[in-house]
Amino acid sequence: MQEVEKIVNGKDLFKRPEYAEVLANKKQFESSMLAINPAKVDEIAEWTKSWDYREKNLAREAITVNPAKACQPLGAVMVALGFEGTMPYVHGSHGCVAYFRSYFTKHFKEPTPCVSDSMTEDAAVFGGLVNMKEGLKNCAAVYKPKMIAVSTTCMAEVIGDDLQAFILAAKEEDKGEFLPEEYPIPYAHTPSFVGSHITGYDNMMHGIMSQLTEGQKGETKQRINIIPGFETYIGSLRSVKSIVEAFGTDYIMLGDHSDQWDMPAGNYEMFQGGTKIDDAKDCINSSATISLQKYATSKTMKMVEKRWKHAGGFSNPIGLKGTDEFVMKLAELTGTEVPQKLKTERGRLVDAMQDSYPYMHGKKFAIWGDPDFLLGAVSFLLEMGAEPTHVLCHNAPNGWEAEMRALLDTSPAKDSLNVWAGKDLWHMRSLLFTEPVDFMIGNSYGKELMRDTGTPLIYIGFPIFDRHHLHRYSISGYDGALNLLTWITNKVLDQLDEDTKHIATTDYFFDLVR
Amino acid sequence: MGPETLEAKQKAAIEEILKAYPEKAAKNREKHLGVGSPNDENQKTCGDVRSNKKTVPGVMSQRGCAYAGSKGVVWGPVKDMIHISHGPIGCGQYSRAGRRNYYIGVTGVDTFVTMNFSSDFQENNIVFGGDKKLGKCVDEIEVLFPLNNGITFQSECPIGLIGDDINAVAKTKAKEIGKTIVPVNCEGFRGVSQSLGHHIANDAVRDFIFDGDLSHINTSDVTPTEYDVAIIGDYNIGGDTWSSRILLEEMGLRVVAQWSGDATLKEMALTPKVKLNLLHCYRSMNYISRHMEKEFGIPWIEYNFFGPSQTIKSLRKIAAFFDESIQAKCEEVIAKYQPMIDAVIAKYKPRLDGKTVMLFVGGLRPRHVIGAYEDLGMEVIGTGYEFAHDDDYKRTKEEIFRSTVIYDDVNEYELEAFVKKLQPDLVASGIKEKYVFQKMGLPYRQMHSWDYSGPYHGYDGFAIFAQDMDLAINSPVWAHSKAPWEKEG
Repeated sequence: MQEVEKIVNGKDLFKRPEYAEVLANKKQFESSMLAINPAKVDEIAEWTKSWDYREKNLAREAITVNPAKACQPLGAVMVALGFEGTMPYVHGSHGCVAYFRSYFTKHFKEPTPCVSDSMTEDAAVFGGLVNMKEGLKNCAAVYKPKMIAVSTTCMAEVIGDDLQAFILAAKEEDKGEFLPEEYPIPYAHTPSFVGSHITGYDNMMHGIMSQLTEGQKGETKQRINIIPGFETYIGSLRSVKSIVEAFGTDYIMLGDHSDQWDMPAGNYEMFQGGTKIDDAKDCINSSATISLQKYATSKTMKMVEKRWKHAGGFSNPIGLKGTDEFVMKLAELTGTEVPQKLKTERGRLVDAMQDSYPYMHGKKFAIWGDPDFLLGAVSFLLEMGAEPTHVLCHNAPNGWEAEMRALLDTSPAKDSLNVWAGKDLWHMRSLLFTEPVDFMIGNSYGKELMRDTGTPLIYIGFPIFDRHHLHRYSISGYDGALNLLTWITNKVLDQLDEDTKHIATTDYFFDLVR
Repeated sequence: MGPETLEAKQKAAIEEILKAYPEKAAKNREKHLGVGSPNDENQKTCGDVRSNKKTVPGVMSQRGCAYAGSKGVVWGPVKDMIHISHGPIGCGQYSRAGRRNYYIGVTGVDTFVTMNFSSDFQENNIVFGGDKKLGKCVDEIEVLFPLNNGITFQSECPIGLIGDDINAVAKTKAKEIGKTIVPVNCEGFRGVSQSLGHHIANDAVRDFIFDGDLSHINTSDVTPTEYDVAIIGDYNIGGDTWSSRILLEEMGLRVVAQWSGDATLKEMALTPKVKLNLLHCYRSMNYISRHMEKEFGIPWIEYNFFGPSQTIKSLRKIAAFFDESIQAKCEEVIAKYQPMIDAVIAKYKPRLDGKTVMLFVGGLRPRHVIGAYEDLGMEVIGTGYEFAHDDDYKRTKEEIFRSTVIYDDVNEYELEAFVKKLQPDLVASGIKEKYVFQKMGLPYRQMHSWDYSGPYHGYDGFAIFAQDMDLAINSPVWAHSKAPWEKEG
């Protein structure tokens, strides 16, 4: 029973003897093997750690277990929330939207506005035109967004709804009451059964950029477009802007959700910050476009490079080398020297790397995440002399595996470094048991791997549900690399203390100074 | 604030809110908003609201889908079975381990609740069908997770649209592996909310557990007794079922099964032999309770273990079904916990007395938790459900204490407007709404996940509930919103 001066929640309550008894009693009615035959559970648990299990696990062709990817419309919602006053609108069933909103909200600890047009059985039979007409009108009337960005769920895709025709029909029927002719409603088809959330990002970004710029082509301006990609680090967006601003150049960040998902307390406005709609319309007239995530923007960048003939290309500013390349690209595009501010920042980062290197050098890491994040983060690990033993990308697009392999081949330890494209986190479990590493780098889904294998987890990635505020920091630019360095080094040091804290047996190595 | 002014304020708020909508939407939403009172008569709902209808498109409803109702609520917590999210990758990922259905087991070896199994549909599965892949999923699961006691197929939207026959796959494969396989046609577009998913999932229990071949599960070692009961519709969120179970056992009953928090297949199989089904979440599991009544003659009663007033009422109601020995022990249980409850109320009521609350949740909570707040002296002035039916609102009328604004399927715009107009001291709802209100500087508690605390059921749970509400309302952090250089007013 609770004691009023020391009320405990589930963490300690169920450890009490009266509850231990309840749980022990319950076993007689259970069919789980732990209740019937705990020895059998031990036997199978041991077997899951074996090479035999690993081979069977890696041979899977059908079932995905503990994935490290999500579906297209999630990425589309992120794009929409990076534009000024824009409501993400998902054409399909509202269950999906409840999921996108709660998924982002659990990560950012911020509200995530997004509507759906709530298609049900009749829409499945007759198509979702009626829902679209009503939904766009209601959304515009109630929330008064400056723009509505429409994407789709798999339901709408399977029945083959035509977004362009539907949006036109909705505007026509509305006769300008809520949806005037010029009201921007860009759209993208985002089938969940193709690619992953980064594909949806690409499709929506392509939709917005191509549709808003229709008829806007004019004189080219000395200005750089920056497309961040599926960026879940708010601080990274700010780091990137600060680097570009250091060059004193005009720029447009296309899809900037740094204010939307980082609202100050005291007041709630549904929409904050974001790329100005007028800027988005004019982005075709910039002289260059740089995408920071190659695999999250391939379709968009094809348009920008082939049709818009913009200079720029890809640049991934994660880690020292990645940031150097980004800075040099900006210097080249702007025709200016690298500003002193950035030279100093770089110097400070390198200084910090040289202070901490002994703790990362030769350490083995397992890491997973989105393809572009991995290219940057692995590059940084290599810059520190670490060994990325298992690099796993569940949503690896074509070309990524070879690019990652080439990167790993620059390491002296290359023969023991492995790329796992298209594999999931249950595969990772087998890899960690059979070829263990010192640390893991990944999202919250890694915590079960941490529990099962005992490998310490460094929380870097998306989603992160069970650690607070990490998303507010940067992992891009020189300052972002310093954050990576700090988090990783200090986790290594925490672990060193854990391993050496035992009194009178190992604590001679429990050094005060490290 | 007198009841009359409160009611007038509530009615004015509704009127004002409806003005923002285009005509058709306003007409629709008008029927879902009302002001309820405990004295209302001649109504089949509460506040005369309409419910369980299609959501108005484009308004940011908080509702989920049928898949969420089946996989997320009813089936997902059954721990010794593997639940395949059948279709594209997203649904299973977004719903993974979010509901805090606690269980004891070796995850990945004999229990699987917090994991995510997906058939990860690709374009070719849409074009050519996914039955073959699904069959292969079963084969691979059998190799890698041999201690599973069964598999369910949780259909996502495309399954019902492309003409796959998951029932046939289930039938063939169940015969092959000699275990229970349950196909569930809970595609997200079915129905208007998660509610139909609960119903479909209940029907699947009926067809594939009660009417299925359970020869791989040994139930012969449990001999039925006169005091056997099952807890139905408690998902063990944060351990809720455990802090309920202890009370039932203390009063001499034997809890044979938990549906479905920390449940196993065997417990479900044992349920048709219990003497009484105890139904907590009426909305999500009344169907299977009614079925067991009709088919096996098992009566069911609803109970409420939130807050001491309702808990005591419920304990006595349950005991009344049994003999005097149980009734006597029931009184002993009530007497045993009373001093602790008195102390909790003595400690927290002065800190919470008169504070007003607005709720918006799903299932049973929009009415069941009202008593717990009122036990602490707090006043619930607004409540509503994501996916209720008329019978839920009818029951709500019995639980409200005063004029209460009732909002069915409330959307982001309406809830925000109601809160601004009625200015409660606490908002209690879900994760999607949480930060909207916290930004406004309002104390907030998530009433789906207990904000990662709990349990809230039973006497021990109430102590935690009281502590958490006090924590939220009396935290110093809310006072920081205003900077010292800002003028008063």
